[in-house]
Amino acid sequence: MSDNFEPKILGILCNWCSYAGADLAGTSRLKYPANIRIVKVMCSGRVEPTLILKAFQEGADGVLISGCHPGDCHYVDGNIKTLRRTPLVARLLTQIGIEPERFKQVWVSASEGEKFGKIVEQMVEDIKKVGPYQKKMGDQLDVVMHEVAASAKEAAAAEEKGGSNCGS
Amino acid sequence: MAPKLQLAIYWAAACGGCDVAILDTDEKILNIAEAADIVLWPIAMDFKYEDIYKMEPGSIDVCLFNGAIRTSEQEELAKALRARSKFMIAFGACAAWGGIPSLANLTNREGIFNTVYKETATTINEEDIRPDTNYPGPEGELHLPRIYDRVWSLDQVVDVDYYVPGCPPTPETIWTAILAIVTGNLPPKGTVIGGTKSLCDTCEREKTEKKITQFKRPFEIIADPKKCLLEQGLVCCGPVTRDGCGHRCTNNNMPCRGCYGPSEKVSDQGAKLLNAIASIMDVKDEKSAQELAATWEDPAGTVYRFSLAKSLIYDYKKGGE
Ligand code: SF4
Ligand code: SF4
Ligand code: SF4
Ligand code: FES
Repeated sequence: MSDNFEPKILGILCNWCSYAGADLAGTSRLKYPANIRIVKVMCSGRVEPTLILKAFQEGADGVLISGCHPGDCHYVDGNIKTLRRTPLVARLLTQIGIEPERFKQVWVSASEGEKFGKIVEQMVEDIKKVGPYQKKMGDQLDVVMHEVAASAKEAAAAEEKGGSNCGS
Repeated sequence: MAPKLQLAIYWAAACGGCDVAILDTDEKILNIAEAADIVLWPIAMDFKYEDIYKMEPGSIDVCLFNGAIRTSEQEELAKALRARSKFMIAFGACAAWGGIPSLANLTNREGIFNTVYKETATTINEEDIRPDTNYPGPEGELHLPRIYDRVWSLDQVVDVDYYVPGCPPTPETIWTAILAIVTGNLPPKGTVIGGTKSLCDTCEREKTEKKITQFKRPFEIIADPKKCLLEQGLVCCGPVTRDGCGHRCTNNNMPCRGCYGPSEKVSDQGAKLLNAIASIMDVKDEKSAQELAATWEDPAGTVYRFSLAKSLIYDYKKGGE
């Protein structure tokens, strides 16, 4: 594996805490690696596993999801959905051959800029050890980023209408 | 009388169940025989490769192709039949989405050979002999098909016109497909001949607030025959699966395993089901979520039982090897 491999990580951050935290890391010049490309969603609870797979398919070497700490979600229990999903997604990914280093879900508050920086640094280091994700087919991470943002909006609209959780 | 339909039925990585399902159309099989000349059907009639190669392009009206693609021979035959057929139909879950055989994609050729030729308790193979594709026999060099590193769906190898879902498809589904072809009443290319709703939409079981407190496997409980199976802890693929099978499993008190494939608008049956299941897990903190998730024996094998080859991360066209 080449030494100058720079992993591409898709960071999906909720607007209310984590994005603000990442922003703080940016503005207070606490450096975090340029490997992460950030897309903002209203809540971490709205990130569908399908989109995580798509991100890998379109060239991500890792996916990081970050939300408000439990109890602090702007939508009360959005991040409860996140914490239910995480262990299932992690197991599914491992089973289909995506190494655990490539997927992380964390809680970052608006004041935890430094913590965010460290998480990203660690993740970059871990992914460098396992190397580039091999099975990717496309190079359209931008398209996936738009889809993530759009689908989160759709989910929000469905929720307001009292949509079912049946997934159909 | 209109000329009879020239019908070919072929199998690749299949169990034979799809062929039997065609026979299972009972007296309708006679109607099929009346409407069609069966020009190829390896399970029922003798044929040689050259019989296929002799056929002219377009001389087969419809090819019902069952089974997934996992060897060089199956790929070659799929291509030969495609070139000679006006309509290529992915028949059954294996052809359509990889089916059960594509669960092999959770490992690879090397992993499978290790299990089969080395690690199973009943295997004695001290010289570590593995299958080879060339054998220098007394009559000259013999060749066997190559096994691929992964299993492919039919449409990842050749162009497919329609999909007939099911493991195997029900007689009604088969008949609907045949009728559409015979009468020329064809839906748009790419259509899956089945329902348009999800199985849950048409399921008559009593649904209350969905909550999972523990994942259970069908042999562990006797399910209440009236209530939603998912609410009883059995993973049922109904929320993301196309209806049209007549609720074969749920009517027999077994959860749906998803053999009619993803319902409309679902791009990845497994990921979508995982999401639906996660949202009804009855936990509120990380530790309990971990513990509950751990009671689910085999998430990938459950949510992708019939469609792993078409999971987003495996869904691309096969190139040359
Ligand atoms: S779809 Fe089912 S019945 Fe048909 S060949 Fe595959 S495993 Fe057998
Ligand atoms: S989850 Fe299964 S049992 Fe429950 S409503 Fe849907 S199809 Fe019926
Ligand atoms: S209930 Fe599900 S698994 Fe059973 S036949 Fe119907 S679609 Fe297939
Ligand atoms: S708004 Fe941050 S996790 Fe819900």
